[in-house]
Amino acid sequence: MATENIIFHVADVHKSFSGLHALSDIDLGVKEGETHAIIGPNGAGKSTLLNVCIGRLKPDQGTVTFDGTALTGKQPHEINQLGVVRVFQTPEIFPDLTLMQNVMVPCLSKRDGSFKLNFFRRMSAEKDIKELAESTLVDVGLGEQLYNDASSLSRGDKRRLELAMGLAQKPRLLLLDEPTAGMARHDTNKTIDLLNRIKAQGMTKVIIEHDMHVVFSLADRITVLAGGRIIAQGTPDEVKGDPKVREAYLGEEQE
Amino acid sequence: MDTIILQVLNGIDKGAAYALIALGLTLVFGTLGVVNFAHGALFMLGAFTAVTLRELLTLSKKVKDESVTFFDAYKEIPYLEIYLGDFGTAIVDYAVPLSILIAIPFMLLVGLVMERGLIRHFYKRPHADQILVTFGLALVLQEIVKKFYGANPIPQAAPDIVAGSANIGAWIGMADSMVYPWWRLIYLAFALAVIFAVFAFLRFTTFGMVVRAGMQDRETVSLLGIDIERRFTIVFGIAAVVAGLAGLMYTPISPPNYHMGMDFLVLSFVVVVVGGMGSLPGAVLAGFLLGILQSFASLNEVKSILPGIDQIIIFLVAVVVLLVRPRGLMGRKGIMED
Amino acid sequence: MKNESALKDWTLIILFAAVVLTMPIWLKPLGANYPDLMQKFAIFGLFAIGFNILFGLTGYLSFGHAAFLGIGSYTAVWSFKLLTMNVLPAVIFAVVMAGIFAFLIGFVSLRRSGIYFSILTLAFAEMSFNMAYSVLTPITNGETGLQLSLKDPRILDNFQGEGIPITNLFGVKMSGMPGFYFCAAILIIGFFLSVRITRSPFGMMLRAIKSNQTRMAYTGFNTRPYLVWAFVISGMYAGMAGALMAVTDPLAGAERMQWTASGEVVLMTILGGAGTLIGPLIGAGIIKYFENIFSAFNEQTLNEVFGALPDTLQNIVVKIAGLFVGEGWHLLLGLMFLIVIIFLPGGIMEGFRRLGKLFRLSGRSA
Repeated sequence: MATENIIFHVADVHKSFSGLHALSDIDLGVKEGETHAIIGPNGAGKSTLLNVCIGRLKPDQGTVTFDGTALTGKQPHEINQLGVVRVFQTPEIFPDLTLMQNVMVPCLSKRDGSFKLNFFRRMSAEKDIKELAESTLVDVGLGEQLYNDASSLSRGDKRRLELAMGLAQKPRLLLLDEPTAGMARHDTNKTIDLLNRIKAQGMTKVIIEHDMHVVFSLADRITVLAGGRIIAQGTPDEVKGDPKVREAYLGEEQE
Repeated sequence: MDTIILQVLNGIDKGAAYALIALGLTLVFGTLGVVNFAHGALFMLGAFTAVTLRELLTLSKKVKDESVTFFDAYKEIPYLEIYLGDFGTAIVDYAVPLSILIAIPFMLLVGLVMERGLIRHFYKRPHADQILVTFGLALVLQEIVKKFYGANPIPQAAPDIVAGSANIGAWIGMADSMVYPWWRLIYLAFALAVIFAVFAFLRFTTFGMVVRAGMQDRETVSLLGIDIERRFTIVFGIAAVVAGLAGLMYTPISPPNYHMGMDFLVLSFVVVVVGGMGSLPGAVLAGFLLGILQSFASLNEVKSILPGIDQIIIFLVAVVVLLVRPRGLMGRKGIMED
Repeated sequence: MKNESALKDWTLIILFAAVVLTMPIWLKPLGANYPDLMQKFAIFGLFAIGFNILFGLTGYLSFGHAAFLGIGSYTAVWSFKLLTMNVLPAVIFAVVMAGIFAFLIGFVSLRRSGIYFSILTLAFAEMSFNMAYSVLTPITNGETGLQLSLKDPRILDNFQGEGIPITNLFGVKMSGMPGFYFCAAILIIGFFLSVRITRSPFGMMLRAIKSNQTRMAYTGFNTRPYLVWAFVISGMYAGMAGALMAVTDPLAGAERMQWTASGEVVLMTILGGAGTLIGPLIGAGIIKYFENIFSAFNEQTLNEVFGALPDTLQNIVVKIAGLFVGEGWHLLLGLMFLIVIIFLPGGIMEGFRRLGKLFRLSGRSA
């Protein structure tokens, strides 16, 4: 692994909850432009790892760095402003706002930073922001409900809206927590297409996913977690062939 | 030393009232998850049951005053005295403690109606809505009382036998100047008894166990097939009774008026917050502590260093606690700590 | 697109200005066209609009906004006492002072959310009220309230006439109708600002915070400064309203800071419809109008109103109605508020929306 173009680095991370080791000795590097998948059976520590990455949890030991900046101990909004954006598994949206507003909010965050006192500016004058929000929503397939309230969406559509909110920020690193969970097969394929298109634009992604179909269609590299440790790391083909992985995870999946 | 003991005593009766109101407030919050702005109104309603009973007992007949001979003078003699003689007079004298008998069923009824009729429908609504609806209810209740009893405080006398002061100084071998009104001692004892009863009820009965379990984890308890909702209604009733009794017994200490509930409520919130939302022992402890603290802050020596401190001490404590330790003295970690 | 919605805003403002400025005309049939009452409409309207910027947009329920009202009044009266009877400096100082206090209180209170925030604001307001009554008597004149006196220096005024002078705006006396027009002008400006705030990116952020504050942090926003600014802005509105009270009647008392006064603005905002532009104004108007009308009623007027009824019926109706008028007006207010909160959480504005929907539906089916 060449270290010079590694943009996201999790080094020697340990985390335990009241004596229980949730993560031990996690080392992982993501290269710029790469799609990196983290897989593992339930309880392997995937969500904990993600929470450590975005600063929601503080690791007991070790560091998480993005582009040379340590993320540990930073506020969530500071991490976001660095260009590290997370898409949640349970849709975290603004239910009382319209879809357009839901996406315009992150657009403004990207443009104006973490705070701007622009109370005398008209929202309707923000043409660029509007266009960006609209095209992003069309991209994820929500172009027909731009001015509906977000609370009226189905669960699957809420997840797509969340994805749009993440993408609208044009993040440098996108952390996706099971982006297709709760979607029908047809929608899953559309999401995969969308994510592959983004990949062509060079966005770095870390995906946590259950669905092997999704993982193997998207990932350049895969890290397999089990019991809070990394048991395998490599290209999809390497991982597929690894007997330890078959034993811990893929085996049960293929039954 | 004398002053210290005296200040503790002075603070302790107010503290007892805070503790009783806060106990109900935190019980309701812990079980039903509702912040009840109408809880102070329950305290006030309790106080006015004493007023009402006295008025009923002293319904009077106008008779000619024979002792006045040079013009026609009339005086009012309560029917009770006319029919029962001295015994009647004694009953009137004991109006405040007697009203406990009426207040318990009355407050229970008020509590049940309030919970069933109104508050129940707000469990699923945002906290702001709960605050607003109970706030509105408090306004209505206090305006109704004002309509019937007017805006002025109505003094209530304690029974004659305990009207004086106890010479506490003499009991503990201190200066004779240390006197303390008997009724306040009674209030303190009463408050302790009520607190003890509530705790015993929650600890030693099956009902109490279910309620405590419900406070910890509502969903699991209802999964067990226990009708937790109905029990919570009763809890609300109990909280109402406790608040009502606290108000009723307080009438000889401070004459009740229609807005006394709100005055106490604001302070009781502070007590609940300081003690820890949802913590019963916390509410009691914080109630007494703040009562005593307030009494020390009103010492002239303290006021000369920090003028006005007696007016704001309790709020100041609330602000500091909320900022430094939002779960309060004894609250469970995580409650509202966002 | 851009011009269109800017145009819509301006139409709204001009329409609003027209309605406010013609109040003396259209309030006449309602018997409410006298200056005192119309000043109150404008002042409390302003207070409610400002409160709505905090509560309506962010969902943070402050129970201590009256403190800023009081601070505004005290500051304005001091400006009258020390500097000049011209209202302009008074109003400016009051807004600045309320802003400073709102920043201090908001900065601390906004470290918590939900009920804890409400209790913190309540605690601060009660502290201000208690201090205004006691230790701060040199500044507030305690229970009597702060008033103008003949001995006031008024260093910028060289007027040495008889008696206590009247507040003015460059010579125009600020009592009666001119006072109303001054309040109305400020209300229109305040409304204009609130429209701009609501429709701005800043306003959208506030609504997003109300909708999902955690998400805002993960979207890259530092929510604290947004909330603090919303708090400060709404505190400044309250300070302005307090200053206008002093402009139209130059005295200030501590009771303006009591939590009941904070409760009143909450009632107004909820009654009209929190989060809407016009709602809080309607709420303020209704409460002040009915307060004025109903609290003046007594048994005699009631008997006149129901005079046409048969005697026994008249007695009963008068007895029942008597509960709600005069001193009992607050009972009516409380009931009204309860009904709105229970059945119409969106306030009168939601009622209008529902009615509108009903008509559209019945129109379609017909």
